[in-house]
Amino acid sequence: MSEKLLMKGNEVIAEAAIRAGCKHYFGYPITPQTEIAHYMAKKMPEINGTFVQAESEVAAINMVYGAAAAGARVLTSSSSPGISLKQEGISYIAGAELPAVIVNIVRCGPGLGGILPAQCDYFQAVKGGGHGDYKMVVLAPSSVQELYELTVKAFNISDRYRILTMIMGDGMLGQMMEAVEFKDEEEIYHDDKKWATTGTKMQRESNDITSIYIQPEVLERHNMKLQAKYRQIEQEEVLVETYNCENADIIVTAYGTIARIIKNVIKSAEKEGIKVGLIRPISLWPFPAAAFLQYAGTPKAFLSVELSAGQMVEDVRLAVNGKCPVHFYGRMGGMVPSQKEILNKIREILK
Amino acid sequence: MATVFKKPHALKDLSLHYCPGCTHGIIHRLIAEVIDELEIEGTTIGVSPVGCAYNNYEYFNCDFVQAAHGRAPAVATGIKRVHPDNFVFTYQGDGDLAAIGTAEIVHAASRGEKITTVFVNNAIYGMTSGQMAPTTLLNQVTTTSPYGRKPEIHGFPVKVCELLSTLEGAVYVERTSVHDVKNINKTKAAIKKAFQVQKAQKGFSIVEVLSTCPTNWGINPVDSLKWLEQNMVPFYPLGNFKGKDLEV
Repeated sequence: MSEKLLMKGNEVIAEAAIRAGCKHYFGYPITPQTEIAHYMAKKMPEINGTFVQAESEVAAINMVYGAAAAGARVLTSSSSPGISLKQEGISYIAGAELPAVIVNIVRCGPGLGGILPAQCDYFQAVKGGGHGDYKMVVLAPSSVQELYELTVKAFNISDRYRILTMIMGDGMLGQMMEAVEFKDEEEIYHDDKKWATTGTKMQRESNDITSIYIQPEVLERHNMKLQAKYRQIEQEEVLVETYNCENADIIVTAYGTIARIIKNVIKSAEKEGIKVGLIRPISLWPFPAAAFLQYAGTPKAFLSVELSAGQMVEDVRLAVNGKCPVHFYGRMGGMVPSQKEILNKIREILK
Repeated sequence: MATVFKKPHALKDLSLHYCPGCTHGIIHRLIAEVIDELEIEGTTIGVSPVGCAYNNYEYFNCDFVQAAHGRAPAVATGIKRVHPDNFVFTYQGDGDLAAIGTAEIVHAASRGEKITTVFVNNAIYGMTSGQMAPTTLLNQVTTTSPYGRKPEIHGFPVKVCELLSTLEGAVYVERTSVHDVKNINKTKAAIKKAFQVQKAQKGFSIVEVLSTCPTNWGINPVDSLKWLEQNMVPFYPLGNFKGKDLEV
């Protein structure tokens, strides 16, 4: 029998990580995600795990780098300004091909900005906020149940491909209390991690974890290997929800909590005889470009609704590739668009 | 015939990339000898810095993780928390440890992480070609203090052992030098003690080793050893700052 509980989003992330076999958490306090750290501080001693409150986000991500190099399933979490500080470590983890999971409960920026929900870190997450040609898998849950499922999945993806996976939510999702149904047992991808630094025990050659390759031929080969892995992930790990898209007058695209508002917009629009479809990218990278292309000939227009000045809309345009007009509607600074605002925008586009 | 001197097993049979006269090689060898004597090669995980020793993982037979600039103590923390029974050490220069990595070393020490740091202080940035380091002496000429280090412009050198020995988590703190045989032997003894402190799970241990950089000092290797003794030792006093009598 599975277990159904009423829990806060942030706590569900922490619980899901533990259920996925994560015994090591390194973090630094920042609103609106600190409940993850609270939960870990309480639970880790109970399971003989590690909770370290680091001196900075920089230190925390480097502890993640060390723990991942040592072969552990490891988690860190933060919010936008803290994620900026982690970019150095993110790039090194990508270069050294280490598996780890990072949570970004996004808040509005730039700078110290505010603590309210936003989606303004899309570019940073999917285009590479750190230096170098790298990618990380970015998953965007839209409910507390999905936070649980995608956090478990994130650990499996990370181990399977030796890649960093980010769970990207926002303050609404992190603070939201919803019912969540836990499985009795998780499906865990098992990897023997023969590459990990565990000590040679005088039984094998030394394992070295590094991201530096001074010889250009070697570094180019390393980069080509990374790129081949990214192409494979683009083939194998796309997650998307399409809803009501057949014969739609307009297809709205949104991810995370905003996608939930769109589902209500769809109902309201129906009463006016407007058929609104929804494409909800769940994996922001790899981006579900094929879903957009599939429906590019269907609607009169696409509309990307975001809590940003327009970031994901660029990937939508690339995916649709001129086959259909792509519009944008967004709010910033922690403001969340109402159903009415979005419906007005739809009417305006279809006029 | 009895073998009286050989390459330590913990070192691979490779020629080192360091400049002629550089003392990194001596320090590598001392660490390897200690690893051999304590029979910990199979459980040791080292952490390489950014700086001249960025690729010293290539030279050791034990596992290694290469860290971002200054972050070795944080990386070592992550490793040690996963493998508390393994032996974990960082190898860091003065730019890495005392400038960009100051927060990481101070907090690893204050947490009492059961890791060991070998801190190589040659008073200059070597790899990037001779810039002023936090440990550069007053009046010392570098490429970024071409008129000499002036306190009113550049501030004062950082004394790492003195700083860290104020922290309760740092249980063994010692400064040594490698400018002559007597001091090389003392350095080995200090590294051994620091490693034993970790094996005994006592807390954070560090050995600061005064070292030379003939290339960037612009002094030949033999005179560099004299320069170290005459200029660095008076400012950075050698000896134990903490944990001398610690039972291990």
